[in-house]
Amino acid sequence: MLGRTANGMFWMFRYLERAENTARLLEAGLRMALTRDTATAEEEWRSVIATSGQRAAYEASHDDYTGQQVWNFILRDRDNPASVREMFGAVRTNARMARTNISSEVWGAVNENWMALEDALRRPVGQNSVGDVVAMIRRAGTLVHGAVEGSMLRNEAYHFARAGTFIERAESTARILDMKYYLLLPTLGHVGSRIDSGQWEQVLRSVAGASAYTWLHAGRIEARGIVEFLVLDDRFPRSLAFCRSALRDQLAALARIHGSEGECNSLMREADMEIADITVDQIFDQGLHDFLLSFMHSNVAISTAIASDYRFHH
Amino acid sequence: MFDPDGAPRPAYADYSSWYGEQKNDLLRRKAKDADESFRRTGITFNVYGEDEAEERLIPFDMVPRIITAGEWRRLTKGIEQRVRALNAFLYDLYHRQEIIRAGRLPERLLRNNDAWLPNMVGFTPPGGIYTHIVGIDLVRTGPDEFFVLEDNARTPSGVSYMLENRETMMSMFPDLFSRIGVESVSNYPRRLARSLAACAPEGTKGKPNVTVLTPGIYNSAYFEHAFLADQMGATLVEASDLRVVDGKVQMRCTDGYAQVDVIYRRVDDDYLDPLTFNPDSVLGIPGIMDVYRAGNVTIANAPGTGVSDDKAIYSFMPEIVEFYTGEKPLLPNVQTWRCADDDSLAYVLDNLDELVVKEVHGSGGYGMLIGPTASKREIKKFRAKLEANPENYIAQPTLALSTCPIFTRKGLAPRHVDLRPFVLVSPDGIDITPGGLTRVALKDGSLVVNSSQGGGTKDTWVLKD
Repeated sequence: MLGRTANGMFWMFRYLERAENTARLLEAGLRMALTRDTATAEEEWRSVIATSGQRAAYEASHDDYTGQQVWNFILRDRDNPASVREMFGAVRTNARMARTNISSEVWGAVNENWMALEDALRRPVGQNSVGDVVAMIRRAGTLVHGAVEGSMLRNEAYHFARAGTFIERAESTARILDMKYYLLLPTLGHVGSRIDSGQWEQVLRSVAGASAYTWLHAGRIEARGIVEFLVLDDRFPRSLAFCRSALRDQLAALARIHGSEGECNSLMREADMEIADITVDQIFDQGLHDFLLSFMHSNVAISTAIASDYRFHH
Repeated sequence: MFDPDGAPRPAYADYSSWYGEQKNDLLRRKAKDADESFRRTGITFNVYGEDEAEERLIPFDMVPRIITAGEWRRLTKGIEQRVRALNAFLYDLYHRQEIIRAGRLPERLLRNNDAWLPNMVGFTPPGGIYTHIVGIDLVRTGPDEFFVLEDNARTPSGVSYMLENRETMMSMFPDLFSRIGVESVSNYPRRLARSLAACAPEGTKGKPNVTVLTPGIYNSAYFEHAFLADQMGATLVEASDLRVVDGKVQMRCTDGYAQVDVIYRRVDDDYLDPLTFNPDSVLGIPGIMDVYRAGNVTIANAPGTGVSDDKAIYSFMPEIVEFYTGEKPLLPNVQTWRCADDDSLAYVLDNLDELVVKEVHGSGGYGMLIGPTASKREIKKFRAKLEANPENYIAQPTLALSTCPIFTRKGLAPRHVDLRPFVLVSPDGIDITPGGLTRVALKDGSLVVNSSQGGGTKDTWVLKD
């Protein structure tokens, strides 16, 4: 397989994941804003923009934070290179580039959803349709992943796609958690003290984990449980542990196909050591923020190593 | 489709009776479905400089163009003869130039020809093949009267429409195909893969590595490049994926460099090798022409092949066919006046309002004058250009082209069509897929079928015996 095409597969699925995660974040923010007073709602929208890493771009063109402005900026603003519209465009561009390595079902799913999304985002999105648009983006991700599962060869192209998905997903969960970690601080020393459960519900929602968490933790919203769930619970498909384990499988499969390991495999082993057997208490002792920073750092290092091991560029 | 007295032509008899049973609004809905299906598949071509409509569809008309088995047999004989002659002609041009020595072709036609490549002189491509893929544009003026309008020996495009139009027709009207026996075109990519593999360099070990070389996703025909590579099971490469290592062309893979044996290139000669063609260019694969001349890679079509697409050379095709095959041409040319000749020029200038005048190196329907539909001012402007540089032009009569119906809101309406069958050439022989690309001028009365000028396409049927 060509290095350039492998790069296309990898980034196609990173962008797809990013578009989907952005939509989830927006969805959680929408719900939160509806249930709070205006001042808190504004704070919420500020946090949504910050978490999605679009603060500088947003503030360059807006003076205040209102829902309408925020979701239109995140969804469709041409001046926002991280908008869902641009990201889905990048998914399609990469899919075009890697067209001979994806099945026509995957291509069909990408192209049809891109068309529908372009159509939905042609005009500013109003309050009554923003929920539909967000649902459409989530559905697009589901359809593409479904087409991949059901119609693609389990070859290199597949493993690059999956690796891209899990690198991006791990980064997203870590970033969302990191943006909110300070909310946990007052409660760290005081087991059982109250935390802002609304805030945490929102975090769980933005990683599609609210209901799973409720099942596993009998609905008790407390710092330890949430961190354990989002970082260490390998049953939850958006937890850091799950994403790492899935990524490890993909990199191992690539090494098997190539008959040798690369730098990414040894970085993967080092990163594994960082979270293997770690407990929630140890994470809090080390400091959640530092832990997450170090996690995100190794995530980037693995991504870079994949690109050079498999000759994405030169 | 119909005789002058209104009865359906034999080729259309079965289709016509099927059509009579269809409801008009159902067909209208189907026509819309077809557009939607093309968009979903992504069969679009890119238009530059238009932000909102970056990707456009080539309009598809759902009434097929139908050719009988007998007509097709006669056509293929003529096409085969012409393509054999083209290859012999290109070999001769780049070797002893017997045809010029014999005084049958003026030497100036080569001197004035931008596609002429001195680097190819004295070199024989692998298998002696120059035109691996040829598209011959034909027009029809009556029953069994086909004329060749143009030879596309450089890089003919449009074959993905032949394939996708058929797929669309079969999914829209399955009953039609169960009633009428139509020759299949769907194995064209396999035939192409086989034909290209057969042209691999002599020393190739094992199964040749065949690639499709595209300028990239922003090229207007990218869809076709990706489509063909996908259907052939060939790697779709860009120049940046390739480089010359140890005298071989190699492609950058995830596990290192792998040797490339055959390159089906969809880029122009100028973008093949910056060392040979365009020292200022950063595009292309530096040194590939050296590998080629050493016989270590096949480039399809061969560089320098475009020489025969020139319209001034076209006007000599009857002589060329006869010179190399020793036979009378089975397919006639359209009568052509070479404006380089004084007598012809005088005639053309006197009859501009009745003629079609084309640039000899032009393509895509640009830079031409269609006398009967041009305004007085357009003719006057064109006359000035023609007088300034007569060697640059040829002229042809506007033929009484046969028409084929298209589906419009008001029912069927006749429009002018041409036909481009696709011809594969390898040392194993000449292979013509029964079908082709039918282009149709969608505007009433228009003679221009190019997609860049508002033309559309149709499915092309060759009936089974």
